[in-house]
Amino acid sequence: MTGDSLRARARPAVTDAGLNATVGAATRHLTTERIKAFEELANGEELRVSARSVRERTLARLPELLGLLADRVEAAGGKVFFASDGAEACRYVIEVARRRGAHLIAKSKSMVSEEIGLTPALERAGLEVVETDLGEWIVQLAGQPPSHVVAPAMHLNRRDIAGIFARHGAEGIGDEPTVLTAHARRELRRVFLSADVGISGCNFAVAETGTVCLVTNEGNGRLVTSVPPVHLAIMGMERVVGTWAELDLLVSLLARSATGQALSAYTTMVTGPRRPGEVDGPEEFHLVVLDGGRSAALGGAYREALHCIRCGACLNICPVYRQIGGHAYGSVYGGPIGAVVSPLLCGDEFRDLRLASSLCGACYQVCPVMIPLQDLLLQERRDAAGKAGRAERWLWRLWARAWGSSRVYRLSARVARWGARLLPGRWVPRWGAGRDLPHDPARWGRREKGRPGGA
Amino acid sequence: MPQPDVVLFTTCIVDSVFPSVGRAAARVLERLGHRVSVARASTCCGQPAWNSGFHAEAARVARATLRDLSSLNDRVVCLPSGSCTTMIRVYWAEMFRLAGDEAAARQAEELSERVLEFSELVARSPLLPGRCARRVAYHRSCHMTRELGIIDQPTRLLQGLEGCRLVDWADDLCCGFGGTFAVKQPEISVAMADAKVRSLLDSDAEMVVGCDQSCLMHLEGRMRRLGVTLPVRHLAVVLDEAYAGAGR
Repeated sequence: MTGDSLRARARPAVTDAGLNATVGAATRHLTTERIKAFEELANGEELRVSARSVRERTLARLPELLGLLADRVEAAGGKVFFASDGAEACRYVIEVARRRGAHLIAKSKSMVSEEIGLTPALERAGLEVVETDLGEWIVQLAGQPPSHVVAPAMHLNRRDIAGIFARHGAEGIGDEPTVLTAHARRELRRVFLSADVGISGCNFAVAETGTVCLVTNEGNGRLVTSVPPVHLAIMGMERVVGTWAELDLLVSLLARSATGQALSAYTTMVTGPRRPGEVDGPEEFHLVVLDGGRSAALGGAYREALHCIRCGACLNICPVYRQIGGHAYGSVYGGPIGAVVSPLLCGDEFRDLRLASSLCGACYQVCPVMIPLQDLLLQERRDAAGKAGRAERWLWRLWARAWGSSRVYRLSARVARWGARLLPGRWVPRWGAGRDLPHDPARWGRREKGRPGGA
Repeated sequence: MPQPDVVLFTTCIVDSVFPSVGRAAARVLERLGHRVSVARASTCCGQPAWNSGFHAEAARVARATLRDLSSLNDRVVCLPSGSCTTMIRVYWAEMFRLAGDEAAARQAEELSERVLEFSELVARSPLLPGRCARRVAYHRSCHMTRELGIIDQPTRLLQGLEGCRLVDWADDLCCGFGGTFAVKQPEISVAMADAKVRSLLDSDAEMVVGCDQSCLMHLEGRMRRLGVTLPVRHLAVVLDEAYAGAGR
């Protein structure tokens, strides 16, 4: 049966009590905060509807808006590079770094950079890359990928983090969060001040002014984009918005959905490099706009997945994500949205993620742009059905033939009932390992077969 | 006011594995004054195949049920299942269209207007007196809550029973059944049930009640395996016992 690789990754995750407790507590907390933040709004539902239509309108005029964005960025003195795939984007970033003779790169959080493997590519090119988002830095030190689009180290508790720091030269500092963050701040300050290039992500890019908007809570984004002499921002091409009014709507929904904040601690706007007469800001500004499967997805059945603003609310509410955490998805994008976008953006090997859902629909309810995630997952399952193994296809065909006739159905129902009664539960593959079989001593009476309640 | 005649589509799982739920549902509806008959030629709503991506196979099975239910003139169709009701009301038309059967899709759209989930139908009548002196953990099944928006009806019916108290627990968290998900990803499915059971044990519930026998089969199966012996009951059974004066 399909989905065995997902099963193999999920198996250790579901039995890891520590992981379960850490991810469970964090996701429940974020979900509670999100609910509170939306309760503050009189018109939260209306805003979701508006946000959805903003995303629809934006994607409908994507080429035009990207053209405008590029014009405005260049008018502000920046350079724009359209990369058709990850390899092209990485090559461009390496070229810029080499031209500047860079050694050290300070990076703020960017899921697109994870998607294209930018850090390993830069390292292969001989550059030192340091993540400056606290969570990203922790997982970088641990040699792990992020496990959540918003909270990269969600799967780690403070003892885990103290252990990771200890392995990297900070032994005996204990596991007090204030001490741990002070240590990180000291270490990262050195990086901000000496980095040759700063690489940031881009939560949104405003076409009308050529402005890159970064939403962070630690201020590292602001340092990365203003201290090093070169700032390189990288974005998925769907990240554009037309106007500041649209940005306003999406940023406020992003913060509320992600962390339950009305606004994140830092909302940074970057328009081009330092201008004459300004005292700080980079000398060079580059915007890398990545296609990487997006334009292909735009014309297909999964178009709405490109509406996503990466708030992580669907991960937090997802009962599957809560049980297995982000790493078990095997993709940089986990949770319900990850199950949908990973095959589009990261490759066919992630198609089995369509099975990482009970289709409970909780994700759709929290999505700030109302992506019908369970419908998209169903669509994925339909797409996969044609390529399913022969056994599964025959099984369904046989089932359809049998249960398409009430006579054969009735016979098989009787078999199922006796099977459930006679078979030891543990013998039933896949069901019986964790669950007993049902037993209902009642039976339809002869007289009741036409009218069961009428006895 | 005369009550409408009702056709009970017991759903495949109740029909084949849990007849007591079907009989209880019929008795409750009759007690409310409905004339009840059972849709004997109906088989299954097709959901297992639909959720697995096999829409043509789902449509083939659903067509037998559609034919049966559509032949019963304009009688109300009642299902003791939120997810099968969702399948008919929300997904059937789309499924038949995907399978290229426009006529069936239209028929499904007509039919969907008179298809009601059990608690939804029961809650339309005045409350009957009954007693169930238990602390109840009510499980909100996903499709019933999120797709159909049937939220208050079952809890109102339970709270209408003398002595019944609803406890606070992770009521709207998915139990992890999810149809074929339960066997395609058994480890995750069971872990999800465990999260539900932990929340149950943290409450002081004496009984779990729900409106989807499939969720309840999964939860109960897991609870038995874990040695948790709290009773797990379909709402129809609870109401039937309470109304018959057998509730304690």
